[in-house]
Amino acid sequence: MSRYFTMFDRLDGAAAFGAFLMLGDPDLKTSARLLDSLVEGGADMIEVGIPFSDPVADGPVIQAAAQRALAAGVRVGDCFDLIAAFRGRHPDVPVGILTYANIVVARTGFMRDAAEAGADSLLIADVPALEADPFVRDMEQAGIEPVLIAAANTPEPTLRHIATLSKAYTYCVSRAGITGTHAGGQFDAALVERLRAADAPPPVFGFGISAPEHVRAALSAGARGVICGSAIVDLAQRGGDVARFVRSLKAATGNESAPQ
Amino acid sequence: MRLSGRFGRFGGCYVPEILVPALEQLEVAFLDAQQDPAFAAELNGLLADYAGRPTPLTRCRNLPGNIYLKREDLLHGGAHKTNQVLGQGLLAKRMGKARLIAETGAGQHGVATAIVGALLGFETVVYMGAEDVARQQLNVFRMQLMGAIVVPVESGGRTLKDAINEALRDWSASFETTHYLLGTAAGPHPFPTMVREFQRVIGGEARAQIVEQLGRLPDVAIACVGGGSNAIGLFADFIPDPVRLIGVEPAGKGLSGAEHGATLLRGTRGILHGAETYVLQDDEGQIADTWSVSAGLDYPAVGPEHAHLKESGRAEYVGCTDAEALAAFKALAESEGILCAFESAHALAHALKLAEAEPDSAILVGLSGRGDKDVDQARRLLA
Repeated sequence: MSRYFTMFDRLDGAAAFGAFLMLGDPDLKTSARLLDSLVEGGADMIEVGIPFSDPVADGPVIQAAAQRALAAGVRVGDCFDLIAAFRGRHPDVPVGILTYANIVVARTGFMRDAAEAGADSLLIADVPALEADPFVRDMEQAGIEPVLIAAANTPEPTLRHIATLSKAYTYCVSRAGITGTHAGGQFDAALVERLRAADAPPPVFGFGISAPEHVRAALSAGARGVICGSAIVDLAQRGGDVARFVRSLKAATGNESAPQ
Repeated sequence: MRLSGRFGRFGGCYVPEILVPALEQLEVAFLDAQQDPAFAAELNGLLADYAGRPTPLTRCRNLPGNIYLKREDLLHGGAHKTNQVLGQGLLAKRMGKARLIAETGAGQHGVATAIVGALLGFETVVYMGAEDVARQQLNVFRMQLMGAIVVPVESGGRTLKDAINEALRDWSASFETTHYLLGTAAGPHPFPTMVREFQRVIGGEARAQIVEQLGRLPDVAIACVGGGSNAIGLFADFIPDPVRLIGVEPAGKGLSGAEHGATLLRGTRGILHGAETYVLQDDEGQIADTWSVSAGLDYPAVGPEHAHLKESGRAEYVGCTDAEALAAFKALAESEGILCAFESAHALAHALKLAEAEPDSAILVGLSGRGDKDVDQARRLLA
């Protein structure tokens, strides 16, 4: 049984809180400690970025995080080591990787290495459903669950294709544009409904989630979870209390009692 | 998508899901326009009466060998870029967009986009690496004179690739109202195909002109390759012919070091800016910073059709250093009274080498742009 499945099952209809960090930002040791803070704050699922030099889907905060990690000399193998160590400390928390196509294709056996490190899922930001089939085949062979993105403007046939390919959850973008802390998310209830009709994996909203009211808005649109990225990365970079921040957002999901 | 968007195993459409509908809309608009005589009439009218087509084919009088220059430097705007911005500008109108965004390296494509923005009435925003803004002040001012907003990009190496990243980010949020007027035959489908079709006129005219002047096809056609739009435009109509096609990449300070932009010669297969193609990168897929004396060739990927032409063996790709390009720039000025762009000087430099080795060959060179923008830099480099 996959860790995502077990997590959603355990939450029994309550929403999952996902927290994102860029691996290796600002260095490996700090990064490992920050990952633990996410769990301490109550994150139900962890999303981790593997840094890429040219992240076109990311706003300034996550771009800068990737640049800091790369400037610190962080390599893809280091990222897998961080995941493996995290997995040792937290055997049950689902871990999803977010990265870009060129990082994946540059490494022979990327999916296998990700699976061996204990990662559960992979989202490749610049691989849309149109190009996803060969990547998904590789993921499934390695035992990694594919995550694809759905947006309000995704046409029906594509949405059905996404529903078929995605396994762990469906990453719903709350608005057009790139990742970032500026709000303006629409949390499209119609998208959630369309995904449900297509029998897609649980819809989870990302992009622009930085405050409890965004979490509540996403959930009232029918989401089964939310992912907060830039706001956490930004806070960590400024030396803030990440666990406390995660706890405050997690509280808005109404599933505080869930075990860690 | 209606077309595969593939050139052999290269190409494709590697963009965030949110952008796929915008690219599908663009593909439909492009294919419909290709079937629409009214679109062709309007575009051809602009190319002739506004931009100055056909451009001449000039046989060099004093340089050695038989070198014929296809004079895109004489096109309005000063480079071949104008051909395709007119095409994309009309498509943007057709799609009802009110705003254009573009990336630019040397500033030539930014200037071309500013031209079409002014002519056809678009709000125009041009992303330009901060490094390039500093080295191409005159082009920045040209764009501003024509009403474009120039946004300096501070991320990454602050050159062309970073400007493309920023334009893609803008487009992810603005595609409802905005057309991304990509400047070269690279990027996600349908750009490589669409830009080739709008640039095909270069080789189409040159073919007819050289047959008329010389009574036969050229032996060789040579063009510089950054993203590859002027080269694919020159090559396209010669692909079925027994004509050698040579693309010249910027070898910068030498191919043995890291300071060059020779993607096809030194790159490896990868995925960047929406396409599977050759990419200059490290062993982990991080994109390399590139170097060329000509900002317009300073790019770590290349149009996917060139990757295919290389792999299939139909075209060959060679390098030319900054110093060789500069020498060719000077030779053309002194011998023929033509100041060409540093980009175009790369193609000419290889033509001069070839002319020495095979004096009887008829060599067609794509002179993609004029050199006004480079005069200031030339003065410093040749001093």
